[in-house]
Amino acid sequence: MYLTPGLLFSVLGLAALMAPLMTLAANRIVAGEGVMAWDVAALPLVIPGLVAILAGLGLGLLTGRPAVRLAGGVLGLAGLIWLLVQGATAMLDGAGNYARVSPAAGFWCLLVILVLLIADALAALRPRPLARGGLLFAALAVLALVLGSGVLSELSVLQEYASRRDTFMRESLRHLSLSIGSLGAAAVIGFPLGILCHRRAQLKGATLPVLSFLQTIPSLAMFGLMIPILGWVGSTVPGARSIGIAGIGFAPAFLALVLYSLLPVVGNTVAGLASTPPAALEAARGMGMTPAQRLWQVELPLGLPIILTGLRIVLVQNIGLAVIAGLIGGGGFGTFVFQGLNQTATDLILLGALPTVVMALVAAIVMDILVDLTRHGPKDTR
Amino acid sequence: MRIGVILRPLLVAILLAMVLRPDWFRPVFEPFAPAGGPVIYERASLLSLSLSHLGIVALASLAATIVAVTLAILVTRPAGAAFRPLSRTITNMGQTFPPVAVLALTVPALGFGTGPTLVALFLYGLLPIFENAFTALTTLPPATMDAARGIGLNRWQRLIRVELPLALPVTLTGIRLSIVIALGTATIGSTVAARTLGEVIIAGLLTNNTAFVLQGGLIVGLFAVLIYDALVQLEGYLARRMGG
Amino acid sequence: MIEITHITKEYDGVKAVDDVSMTVETGSVTVIVGTSGSGKTTLLRMINRLEEPTSGEVRINGASTLSEEPYILRRRIGYAIQGHGLFPHHTVARNIGAVPQLLKWPADKIRSRVDELLDLFSMEPDQFRDRYPAELSGGQQQRVGVARALASRPDLLLMDEPFGALDPIIRTRAQDDLRRIQQRLGSTIMLVTHDMEEAIRLGDRVAVMDAGKLVQYGTPAEVITTPATRFVADMVGEMERPLRLLSLIPLSDVMESGEADGAPLGPEASLRDALSACLWTGRSAVPVEEDGHITGRVTLQAIRSRAELHK
Repeated sequence: MYLTPGLLFSVLGLAALMAPLMTLAANRIVAGEGVMAWDVAALPLVIPGLVAILAGLGLGLLTGRPAVRLAGGVLGLAGLIWLLVQGATAMLDGAGNYARVSPAAGFWCLLVILVLLIADALAALRPRPLARGGLLFAALAVLALVLGSGVLSELSVLQEYASRRDTFMRESLRHLSLSIGSLGAAAVIGFPLGILCHRRAQLKGATLPVLSFLQTIPSLAMFGLMIPILGWVGSTVPGARSIGIAGIGFAPAFLALVLYSLLPVVGNTVAGLASTPPAALEAARGMGMTPAQRLWQVELPLGLPIILTGLRIVLVQNIGLAVIAGLIGGGGFGTFVFQGLNQTATDLILLGALPTVVMALVAAIVMDILVDLTRHGPKDTR
Repeated sequence: MRIGVILRPLLVAILLAMVLRPDWFRPVFEPFAPAGGPVIYERASLLSLSLSHLGIVALASLAATIVAVTLAILVTRPAGAAFRPLSRTITNMGQTFPPVAVLALTVPALGFGTGPTLVALFLYGLLPIFENAFTALTTLPPATMDAARGIGLNRWQRLIRVELPLALPVTLTGIRLSIVIALGTATIGSTVAARTLGEVIIAGLLTNNTAFVLQGGLIVGLFAVLIYDALVQLEGYLARRMGG
Repeated sequence: MIEITHITKEYDGVKAVDDVSMTVETGSVTVIVGTSGSGKTTLLRMINRLEEPTSGEVRINGASTLSEEPYILRRRIGYAIQGHGLFPHHTVARNIGAVPQLLKWPADKIRSRVDELLDLFSMEPDQFRDRYPAELSGGQQQRVGVARALASRPDLLLMDEPFGALDPIIRTRAQDDLRRIQQRLGSTIMLVTHDMEEAIRLGDRVAVMDAGKLVQYGTPAEVITTPATRFVADMVGEMERPLRLLSLIPLSDVMESGEADGAPLGPEASLRDALSACLWTGRSAVPVEEDGHITGRVTLQAIRSRAELHK
């Protein structure tokens, strides 16, 4: 029998089951003690979860039956969450007031394996854009339901969340407004610039290298370099300070993100506009379209998927880079990450890092759906 | 092109001076330092920080290149075909993981220090290299591949003499992307106690010393821009040699 | 009537089109033929001002093309190119209706015009209207491209190697279709090609371009029998000349009364077809048939003496 992804998942999944699924620690700072999957709760409670994981991995072996593999992945994931829910309450029993339970290496590995199993099956099923949107919505709804129902609230990460609920909401919004706001600003600057670059090769030759050098500058350095620049603007330009332009905080983070965003926006706008088949463009000129009509009716609609791909790159990249804003007082999930690193509080790091990852993944999936929806022409020839 | 001829040596000279003779820049950074505070970072030698920074990036990128190219070769052989969709899924999903988050997540798993940073850089560096090597190996000109088979090269000879050389420029682009990301992420590595130039910037941020932030930021920025430029030149040279 | 007077196009001092003058009659097909780099495409593109002439002038029905904005001018000149240039993101109907839409025709008028054209090109409107170009065969794409160029009933249709991307069998059909449609609509067509065979098949008049100059402009028969220069003779081909000439002459020209054996030919067939049929089946004459009745015959001897007539 050849090695298949399903077989690889099973082998790795079984190995991951042999690692501690969760840890129990005396308080939020000290290292915890690993607990195996079958020990997280009473055996009758654990067995359904274990069976579901094993059955899921087993179904994942059926190469060529993506729907069955998808079901296997979902079943395994359900089993994994079941074990987590059981463990979160059972392990804390009589462990002391400050005790914390967290998922451990075994859990994370199984999570990754099962998610990959699902993603691999989905890739083979190729759902249409709208179906993908529905699946994403369903997955997020289940996630919200599990987190909102409180069955996991004993977990250490969620304990951290509980003690800073308001801050978390504020920083989430801040993170979103940093990433999406800088995307919007970059689009407002980048689209016209891209269109100009498309029309004038000289401008393109001068602009794109500068923008790609900007992207090369390491993010921490870029954020740092914004501080003196905006500090200077804030203290010399009258009124700048009153609209929030200052050396640290939101403004330098926002500006740094906009600068990073320009290359993908401008570059993909140029590439998108240039992707029009030359014959179609020649025909458009020949039939008497004005330059503006060619742009709006031919070049932009045909380039839209590529232009949106640029926005996807920017959004995903900015969600990640916005973490660094936490270092210069710009807020966002980075606040938790760097606080956690300072205090060596693992769960606080996770409280910042996990939502960032989820946000980036969701943004990528949503943007991919948009890109697919804007592909013109026959929908069923892919 | 002509600007580059003057600018490149100039930037290299400035970078070397900043790393080797930081004191020369005291007048430049003086206005940014807090009154009475230190102007030039002296807690560690900038040279040793630079070397450590570049060493981490070089090691991680080298390892990532070897592993990623090997994986790309395996997946593009007939026997590895079953893993192609999966490898694409992993690269697509993996690249949406923010580098900073990857770095932060290695701390719970591996603790603080240079080691975890190295691992994070290695893991993240795999993706662009694999993606480009995979693309390059799957989009070789069919006529050339047919000719290679037609003149009687066996699989191994085709790989070594035809496929890998032809895939080199695109693969190099992936390596360049990976190195640029690694340079930046390594800077953030100093927040998890890796010895990198990020230390200077972080120290500046923590003590409100803009002079440190500028100093660190400029050195890291210059390194990144010059290394990026050097790799672009190398790619251009190789592409020209292959008549691309 | 299209009048081109002393038109010249220079690129960096090199004359791509050098002092060309010609007049094209309304309702005729003029084929501009030449090798690549002969300036034939540049000449065509100067008519709808995709290229601006360095000097000289083009008049369409008496009005200079310089008297209006280029994009307004182009809307009343049809333009079809090699590789069709259809908009991949628009349906067939929207592609064909592109120029009427630019001219702000009412929607129902555009719709009926699109259906009319699809019918004309033997494409069932219900079946093809809502398809995308990628869902059509090469020949269908090309037909939609020509239909689009004809949509607004232009004064003039310019075609730049319109059949260049088609394989030989489909190309012959497309040429026949174009001839049929042109005769039905009475359109004025100027077509560029590098293929002398195509020029002779389609053209009422053939213009031969060489190195930017118009070296000969006449009927296909003139170009074949009295080539103006060595170059034109080469384009026609020494060995091909008699056959090309015969291909221009309909059977009716030399038909005589009488009978002959074997399969008959239709009246639209050329002497070349008749010669071919004779040689292949070993006959010395072929019967001519019209509406199911034998109306006469064409003999090998008659073909031969007709071919010698040019002397």
